[in-house]
Parts: sequence; C-alpha cells; structure tokens
Amino acid sequence: MSIFVDENTKVVYQGLTGSQGRFYGLRNRDYGTNVVAGTNPKKAGEDVDGIPIFANVADAVKETGANAACIFIPAPGVRSAVMDAAEGGVEFIVCITEGVPAHDEAWFFNKLKRDFPNVRLLGPNCPGIISPGKCNIGITAGEIAKPGGPVGIVSRSGTLTYQALYELKLQDIGVTTCVGIGGDPVPGTSFIDCLEAFEADPDTKAVMMIGEIGGSAEEEAAEFIKNKMSKPVVSYVAGVTAPPGKKMGHAGAIVSGGKGTAAAKMEALEAAGVRVGKNPTEAGELMVEVVREHGWA
Amino acid sequence: MDLLEYQGKQLFATFGIPVSEGRAVDSVKEALAAADQVGYPVMVKAQVHAGGRGKAGGVKFAPDAAALEEHANNILGLDIKGHITRIIWIEHASDISEEYYASFTLDRSAKKHLGMLSAQGGVEIEEVAVTDPDAIAKIWIDPVDGLSESDARAWVLAAKLNPDVTDGAVEMLLKLYTAYTDGDCDLAEINPLIVTTEGKVHALDAKVTLDNNAEFRHEWGDFELTQVRDEREQAAHAKGLQYVGLDGTVGVIANGAGLAMSTLDVVNQAGGKPANFLDIGGGANAEVMAGALQVINDDPSVKSIFINIFGGITRGEEVAKGIIGALEMVDISAPIVIRLDGTNAEEGRALLEPHLSEKLQSKPTMLEAAAAAVELAKKN
Repeated sequence: MSIFVDENTKVVYQGLTGSQGRFYGLRNRDYGTNVVAGTNPKKAGEDVDGIPIFANVADAVKETGANAACIFIPAPGVRSAVMDAAEGGVEFIVCITEGVPAHDEAWFFNKLKRDFPNVRLLGPNCPGIISPGKCNIGITAGEIAKPGGPVGIVSRSGTLTYQALYELKLQDIGVTTCVGIGGDPVPGTSFIDCLEAFEADPDTKAVMMIGEIGGSAEEEAAEFIKNKMSKPVVSYVAGVTAPPGKKMGHAGAIVSGGKGTAAAKMEALEAAGVRVGKNPTEAGELMVEVVREHGWA
Repeated sequence: MDLLEYQGKQLFATFGIPVSEGRAVDSVKEALAAADQVGYPVMVKAQVHAGGRGKAGGVKFAPDAAALEEHANNILGLDIKGHITRIIWIEHASDISEEYYASFTLDRSAKKHLGMLSAQGGVEIEEVAVTDPDAIAKIWIDPVDGLSESDARAWVLAAKLNPDVTDGAVEMLLKLYTAYTDGDCDLAEINPLIVTTEGKVHALDAKVTLDNNAEFRHEWGDFELTQVRDEREQAAHAKGLQYVGLDGTVGVIANGAGLAMSTLDVVNQAGGKPANFLDIGGGANAEVMAGALQVINDDPSVKSIFINIFGGITRGEEVAKGIIGALEMVDISAPIVIRLDGTNAEEGRALLEPHLSEKLQSKPTMLEAAAAAVELAKKN
C-alpha cells in the first residue's frame, strides 16, 4: 500500500499548457500516473499531447473523474488555483509553485480547513509526491525510486528527498510513498500528517524524515513520534552550520532569536528515539541498518 | 526585506496610522532644514538595519539647532553593529506619557496570525517574554476572518493598557492589522507605541519586514534602494540567485535550498569552511549556472568550488552545458569539483567527460566531492 496517492489517483494539471506544466505533466504520464486532464480558462476544448484541456477543475472532474489536482500556476495565481481545485471537487491538491506569498498560504490553509475539511493540500513550494510504481505527481525523477516498501519518506526539501530515494535504491530498498511537504512557512500538509498516515499504512515499516532549520515542525513531529508512533524513524536535519538571521533559500528556513536551529531539532528527535544522521548519506545508511536489522529487505 | 524605520513609518502612514512628522536626510544642512519644517524640539535617529540604536548613540534629542547640528554630525557616519549610518531621520519630538508594545506576525505552528500587545513597551519584547510573560497579551487571528473590532477590544482589555486610551488603541491595532495584511508584512511592529501627554495613541517607531514573495503586487522599488547587502550578495541578487555570503574558502553551488544547506554541512564535516550558500533553484539552465559560477569566481576568498547537483527540475545536461559554457565565458580561477546525479545525470556526465582535468573533477558521491573540494581549498 501507499499513502495519499496510488494507481487509482486521477490527476488534473492546472497549468498543463505552460512549459513547466507540460514538461512534468507528460513526464508524470510517462511514469504511469493517470494524467486525465489539464485546465486553462482560455484553452478549453484544446489538448496537450492528447490530454484534454478544460476551463476549470470542476469541468475536468465532471468529464474525467479526476480526484487529484497538481498546480503549476505562477505564484500570483496560486490562491485562486487552490480554491478552483477545492471547489472543483478533488480531494488531493499538490502545489509545486514556489514564491507564494505567506499571507496567501495562511489564508487558503485556513479556508480549506474550514470549508473543505476533506481536501488535503500538499505544498506550496514542494516537489510533489510519489508512490513508486503507481503514481508520481510533481517533479521527482521517478526512475530514482524503487517501488514497494518498506520505507516511507517525508521531507521539507526537494533535492534531499531525491537524494534519500536514490540512496535507498542503491541498497535495493523500496519506498511505499515519498512525500515532499515543501519548505514554506505554512505547508498544507505537515510532518505529523504524513507520520500519522505512514503509521496506519501496513506496508510502511519504517519512516525517513528529512527536516531543515526554521520553525518548529521537527520538534512537533518529535513529540508525535514519542507518543504515537510504533514504527522506527530515521532522520536528517539540514543546516547544522547555517548562521542565524540568514534565510537559507526556502522562505521557512531561517534561524531567528535562537529558535529553529538544527541542533535543537536533532536533539528533540533523538530524545524521541529517532536515529539521526549528520548528513544525508549517513541518514541513508542508518535507514538501511534499520531495514536490515528487522529483515524487511 | 527589512525596512528602515522611516520607510516603515511611511508605510504605516498610508494605512492611516499616526506617526510623527519627519524627514529622512543625509547631511547636516538638510537636517537643519528638516527641523525648521517639522518644528523643534526634534529627535535625530540613525536609519540602519540594526537594533540597539539608542545604546549605540544613534538616537538623540535636540531642543534647538545647535544641539541638532552636533548630534547630526556625530550620528552621520556612526558605526552601529557594523552598519554605517548614511541616513538620519529628523522628527518632531513627542511628549510621552506611556510606552506600549504592539506587533503582528505569522505563527507558523498555529498557522494563524499572532498579535502581541503589552503595556510594557520601549524595551526588548523578548526580555518581557522571559521576565514577565503574563505582561504580553496574545491573540491568534484566523486569516479568513481577520481581526474584528470586538476581538481587538477584548485583546486591549486583556493587555491592561490605560483604560482611557482603549478606543484609541483599538483603532490603532485595527489599522496596524490592515497594514500587516494588505502590506504583505512578515512582521509589523511598533515599539514603543506611545500615549502622548494629550492622550493620543501614536507610533513612535516602526519595524517592518516585507514578504519578498509578495513583491509582484506592490511598489517596493524605493525600499529596495536602501537595502544593504555585501557586494557578493548584491551581484547574486542581480542575477536572481539565492545567495548568502559566508566566511570560508569553499565556494558552493547547489540546486535546492535543502541540498545547498546540506552541502554546507558536509563541507564543514570534511574539515573545510564554505564561502557561501548558493541555490540555483528549480529550472536552472546554462545561463543561470554560468551566472552562479561568475558570482563565486569574483569572490577572492574562494579557493575551490563545489558544485553539488541532484537533478529533479534541473536536468543534468543543462547543468553540464552551463558549466562548459561558463568555463568558456569566464576564466575560473579556482578548481571545480562537481557531483552530478538524478534526472538525466548520465547525459550530463557524458557531456562533461571531455572537459575533465585537474581544474574540473567529477566525483560520484557528495561526501567524496566535499572531501576533494576541501583538500583543494587547503592546497591553494
């Protein structure tokens, strides 16, 4: 099994007619994802390499049965794209776009929670989600992930997510689902949402969690792991050497007022029984150790 | 983007928040002219991106022209925590009866806006938070609902401000909330928020951080002009690169903020010191890579360059083409170690193959590449 997306997920791409949307939409389809539609209010009735374009997500859902959306719309249009997807009737929304204003993110996070409690948003500013062999939504290179299990991955960073998938594949270890929650201040889906889903997924035996400096999401996740998780967790937190007060690329990655340091996060995770690597490679090795110890692969 | 005090006040004024009349000037002569316009007594305030201006001698009271001339002379050029004062703000001095604190920011854990209000203003709010946490009244605001007048009133009562100014404080906080949301601020803070001897609520200071992601819907050009970056950051910013200057010798280029941070970590673990953080981001092409190499190459402290790319949105052959193109365009002085993996990495490595030399090495893993780059930096 997998979490959030699988072979029954049918995806509509908002922004499929743009260059990035087209490149990754078609790439996802080549991987095996059910890419059933695209949207563009000015190009309804046209198609992108055989994929029909609709004016909005509601029309796409009606005509194709889409149950997920993937947003490749430029930042100024993301707020309305998220609402178009939620109102259109999909249950899962992946927003790849980076550079979305924090106030927009805070607004649609709370709007969805209130008016569309069954809709899950992943991102913005995330690489997407892949359940290897079943469904790949976003910009992850699918060939670097081995299908199956027993590992589930959740990460705040895109490239470090690929790194983790790759390290496991080299060791012939499969992944149930790999979720990139993104590096923005208000992610639609949190570490805890993913940990909870992995804990409930019978095929996921262990979880790899990749964090970074800034905020307190890792500390909150540590608390959850300590109290609610039976499955082993391995972790890495990027930015051990990041100086305070400097934003490290991601809008959310900043150490301010002595809070959000990698050291504090690693300490909290270790106190919760998590095995923490000091670089991505070491975390990969720790995960391999856990899997081998239990004879899961 | 952090605003200077006077810019914050200009922003606040557009939302109807009462601020003192003043002028931003960069010479003593202009300071005297400004004081004639706003009327003595005046305050002279250094405009730098640093806290603790008062303690550093950057904020002075001038009852007359002679005092103003002396203070303006002393403050212009004053070094405040490494920031040289180029601009001073001259404003009409206020008669203060009480000093409060008010701010709005985003609470990432609660995913709501957080308002903080305290009757103990004028000092560092972090100190109040430690010594007397109950003195800060907090309110969490759902961005969909916004801040209602009744909630603002209850909040003001909870902060135990002088009851005579409740109405004025409520009005001020509603305006500050609008400035914070409509202005796309990460932080909108007034410290001190004062009550004048006439009983008026007034913003005596302004600390504002704007969300750069929202620049597309604002006119922030004037604020950009006074941003102080080190030269390397300036050059990188002009090329649209995510760059943070550090003080080591290994130049770092990576794609993705997480990988770039992780690259700094492994350089440190290999015994070296990174010269910078540089994320070429998603969708980086040959031009972007060439620009990144140029920025690193112009940094005299760089002794070796570590390019760490894992291809997702950035395709391997584009990275390779970028490096090859940049090598043709600029004379890169430091040796380069590259680690390339992910989407189309094999195509990228094949393109690089004929160009490999002592000055351009390719390593299969991040740790090996870091070790090689650190060794080269030490040798040079």
